[in-house]
Amino acid sequence: MEVSEGYTAATFEELAMPLFDQLYNFAHWLTQNPSEAEDLVQETYVKALKGFSSFQPHTNFRAWIYRILRNTFLSSRAGLRARSTVPLDEEEGPEIPASTGTPESIFIEHAQEQLLQSAIEQLPLHFREILLLCDVEEMSYKEISDALSVPIGTVMSRLSRARNALRQILLQNLQG
Amino acid sequence: MADDYTAKLATYLDGELPPDEMKAVDAHVRSCPSCAADVLGQVQLQRAVRSSGKRYTPGPAFRARMRRQIAPRPRTSVWSAWLTAATVVAVLVIASLGAAYFGQRRLQREQAFSELADLHVATLASANPVDVVSTDRHTVKPWFQGKIPFTFNLPEVQNSEFALAGGRVTYLGQAPGAHLIYQIRKHQISVFIFQDRDLKGGLSSDLGVRKRHSFEVDTWSQDGLRYFVIGDASTADIRDLATRLKAAESS
Repeated sequence: MEVSEGYTAATFEELAMPLFDQLYNFAHWLTQNPSEAEDLVQETYVKALKGFSSFQPHTNFRAWIYRILRNTFLSSRAGLRARSTVPLDEEEGPEIPASTGTPESIFIEHAQEQLLQSAIEQLPLHFREILLLCDVEEMSYKEISDALSVPIGTVMSRLSRARNALRQILLQNLQG
Repeated sequence: MADDYTAKLATYLDGELPPDEMKAVDAHVRSCPSCAADVLGQVQLQRAVRSSGKRYTPGPAFRARMRRQIAPRPRTSVWSAWLTAATVVAVLVIASLGAAYFGQRRLQREQAFSELADLHVATLASANPVDVVSTDRHTVKPWFQGKIPFTFNLPEVQNSEFALAGGRVTYLGQAPGAHLIYQIRKHQISVFIFQDRDLKGGLSSDLGVRKRHSFEVDTWSQDGLRYFVIGDASTADIRDLATRLKAAESS
């Protein structure tokens, strides 16, 4: 793989490989398929290395490469399918009510990782990804804003709605 | 009042509120049981999501493949390409020059052999093929002194089938030399002797007895002299005479 002038492949490797596990995990959550996740990560790395010259030093590499991964996914067949079923502009959708019950307490009582993972899987793509970026990858709102190419205000509102949606799904799954 | 804070609790837990608001919400949560319970629930859910979200791990084979794929390649790629190209060009140039050089030498050699064959035939066709007529080498050899810029030795052939007919001065490409005529049975054999340094490169190799221009030819270099033996005699006779000449020169 060739790398653009001014940057070294060694630098890219130093920045990219520590994120390998995280990127694969995120890709797997998006694609819901191990081989598609591998393809997505591989394509992300190829694109990132090719476009490494466009990366501004001293800016957030993690947000940059997550953005590449996400855009790559959205343009893939699986990504197009996910986008066609879920409107990305959640501002147009109805507000998801905050939990009226106490799902956290119910969840604690019935804490089962599998249930939570199933609930995350059921989240629409745009909620799933922002929840993972914030709560799993522990990105700041600014990083998420860069990774998803949306304003910080959208990050905040979408994140709130994603958490409410997760609670709703948990409640439904636990009660059903 | 609590509702105002409730809306900010998630942002507060994410640590994304401005510092003054962080302090205000923090103080409120400590004094509001409802918001404290809400925060506790959200923290627990957040932790559970963090734990459950770290679900998938790439396989070692995939990791190794990706590492190989993005690993820096040797920086010599461009230079090595140029170096390879330059090497190929150099080899081709050398091969071309070599081919031209050896081709040129082969051409010179063929021209020389052709010229010597002409001299041999022309001399035999002449009414006076030799300027010094003698079967005695001790007569023929001194005759060349002062006529050519070198001396040479001739073999004693009296007890063989060879007979010395005589000699004459000749020129090959402006190089002066000795032309001796030997006879064996009914065959005439010319022996040409030149100084090696006077001849062009194409004549400087020893080839053994070969058939050229319908004649058997042998050539060799000895003590700075280039010998050519050419005639219509057999290969064995040509080689025999060459051996005698070599022995005489080295004696």
